[in-house]
Amino acid sequence: MTGGSRTKMNGADAVLRSLEAEGVDVMFGLPGGSILPLYDAMARGTTVRHVLARHEQGAGHMAEGYARASGRVGVAVATSGPGATNLVTPIADAWMDSTPLVCITGQVRSQLIGTDAFQECDITGITIPIVKHSWLVQDVNEIPHVIKAAFHVASTGRCGPVLVDIPRDVQEAELEFSYPAEVSLPGWKPPRRGHPRQIKAAAEAIAAAERPILYVGGGVLNAHATDELRELAEVARLPVVTTLMAKGGFPESHELHAGWPGMHGGKWSNYALNKADVVVAVGARFDDRVTGKLSAFAPGATIIHLDIDAAEISKIRQADVPVVGPLKPVLAALGKTLAKDVVPGRTDAWLHQISEWREQFPLRYSAEPGGMLKPQKVLELLQELTAGRDDVVWTTGVGQHQMWAMQYLLCDRPRTFITSGGLGTMGYGIPAAIGAKAARPDATVICVDGDGCFQMTCQELATAALEELPIVVVIVNNGYLGMVRQWQDMFFEERFSQIKLTHSLPDYAALARAYGALGFTAESEEELEEALVAAIASGRTCVVDARVDPRERCFPMIPGGAAAVDMVEYVDTQSEVPVV
Amino acid sequence: MKHTISVLLENKPGALTRVTSMFARRGYNIESLAVGETERHDVSRITLRVDCETHSLEQIEKQMHKLVNVLRVTELAPGESLERELALLKVSAPPSARAELMALGEVFNARIADLGPDAIVFELTGSPEDVDSFEELVRPHGLQELVRTGRIGLTRATRPPRGKPAQQALA
Repeated sequence: MTGGSRTKMNGADAVLRSLEAEGVDVMFGLPGGSILPLYDAMARGTTVRHVLARHEQGAGHMAEGYARASGRVGVAVATSGPGATNLVTPIADAWMDSTPLVCITGQVRSQLIGTDAFQECDITGITIPIVKHSWLVQDVNEIPHVIKAAFHVASTGRCGPVLVDIPRDVQEAELEFSYPAEVSLPGWKPPRRGHPRQIKAAAEAIAAAERPILYVGGGVLNAHATDELRELAEVARLPVVTTLMAKGGFPESHELHAGWPGMHGGKWSNYALNKADVVVAVGARFDDRVTGKLSAFAPGATIIHLDIDAAEISKIRQADVPVVGPLKPVLAALGKTLAKDVVPGRTDAWLHQISEWREQFPLRYSAEPGGMLKPQKVLELLQELTAGRDDVVWTTGVGQHQMWAMQYLLCDRPRTFITSGGLGTMGYGIPAAIGAKAARPDATVICVDGDGCFQMTCQELATAALEELPIVVVIVNNGYLGMVRQWQDMFFEERFSQIKLTHSLPDYAALARAYGALGFTAESEEELEEALVAAIASGRTCVVDARVDPRERCFPMIPGGAAAVDMVEYVDTQSEVPVV
Repeated sequence: MKHTISVLLENKPGALTRVTSMFARRGYNIESLAVGETERHDVSRITLRVDCETHSLEQIEKQMHKLVNVLRVTELAPGESLERELALLKVSAPPSARAELMALGEVFNARIADLGPDAIVFELTGSPEDVDSFEELVRPHGLQELVRTGRIGLTRATRPPRGKPAQQALA
């Protein structure tokens, strides 16, 4: 329904026709007063599936999970006031992790705006710092253009969230609908190509390097540039570290993969990144969780920074060779240029050094025979049980379990590890898994969650069960807000404060059953393996409550304010605190 | 180091808020800000004076380019641009001091906008530095109230009017 054909309809119908024209197949939301006309239009018919969440925050994270699993724009819908404010956390999350998201909110009637009407809030105002752009639609005739522009802005340049706020009377007003073929945004001109001279300079610096490394961030996934990345790495035989956001963006079983840098990354990986003489940042932003103490990060290294967002260049670390442009053509051009310049065998000694570090600093933990189940073991088992499968998508919450998931799960494919990085949003895992399942119905979607995270969004188990979007939730249940416990343990002289959740309240398996899911409780390795095998094979929504040793801390670790190379290795801990 | 930046933006609701909110969020200091229409009714111009002690001008410009409503960002480099400010100053002026104040005003081309029994309101247009100087000179006479518009600026007639387009690739 584009171009010439015009049809009379109301604003709400126009929203749906616009979403259909954008090729949207699913949206996630929850109705309420000011968005009633849009839901009424859904009842009249649309090809877009609506997944009914139990909380708007859940809807937002589902849309994020969908976007990250599919590489397309996620769509979340909510009503005005509290419905809209409940979307603020997912919007902020999408902002920090550059997840393309279109949020559509109802607003009170135009003549009531500014009067403190029931369920009125200035959501466009509230979200200004965390959206790429937002629109308050004041004229029904603007709807097709605004929706077109919303999808365009969310998915071009550096991806991110946008918000469209539509007053109820605008949804009800009539228009002659036709969907525009093009969008007119004179102020929005993302770069289309990298500068050839800069690409040449980057290639020369890499070819001349003794110890080059690719430091890859989530941008490579948003750019759909993982093939180009792999070609570049292979042609010049460059080691690759992938950040939490880029996990799976380069095959982790590839010989050139050098692990994950940062606070709980591999010590060998941090060594590789910090002792390099040329660091090529690819869609990465020198986040403090990656760099550690900034002044001690990769000292003396030449920084080549490839990014679509010019504002990331030299924001944190001065770039010696900046290349602003979309990563797909930039990486392709860089690989092509390097193919001519590269000296065979030049990086062999450096790669050998990195593999020595890898052997010197393996991941490790200790477990007494017959002792409590160790959290690391949960992840090891999950990895074992899914090894070799290419149809598994992981999501996580935030905290210790997330870091162990990063350390122990091996992801060889892009878009198979979906996690909240920049904002660190506890409770992200379950709704993100539901969204991922909607994007990848063929996949087995497993959410590795913490017991704290689980209790923030577990109501969405109802969504998973009723919408037939089955997911497996594995709770690494240590009975505590584990990462907070770790920090209080290590940096606050063991003054444990307000962190105890207990292993058994709620009874997670019983709660799962109350939501129509299968529930399992495991306290030993044997019980856990049995439960995981059954859960993964079930095709149902399952919760596996793995009760683990609460004393276990996540290592290695860059202590706050320390240099990345000064990581603390595994410390066996027999904590003073009694086990609950 | 302080810089004056000229920003062209779409004349749309909330566009100015997006700019000022970005400054607040990123901790950039705005010394003065003046906004108004341009030769095109659908485009506004903001003249911003920013303190770039801790954040580079380049970073501030790039963050502004990312705003969808922002069309162009140009630094008004000293020597290549004109800067003006309008000030209204209400100065105590008993009859005994009037002659001296009026003479001062003449030196600065300050117009007398209003005259009361005990006070004069001066209207002064000039470079921000002129306004500073005039303010200091009349202050000893009793500066009752002062309002300044904040500086506005434009590139000189001898310089091409176009700055670099928004979102232009670096380097």
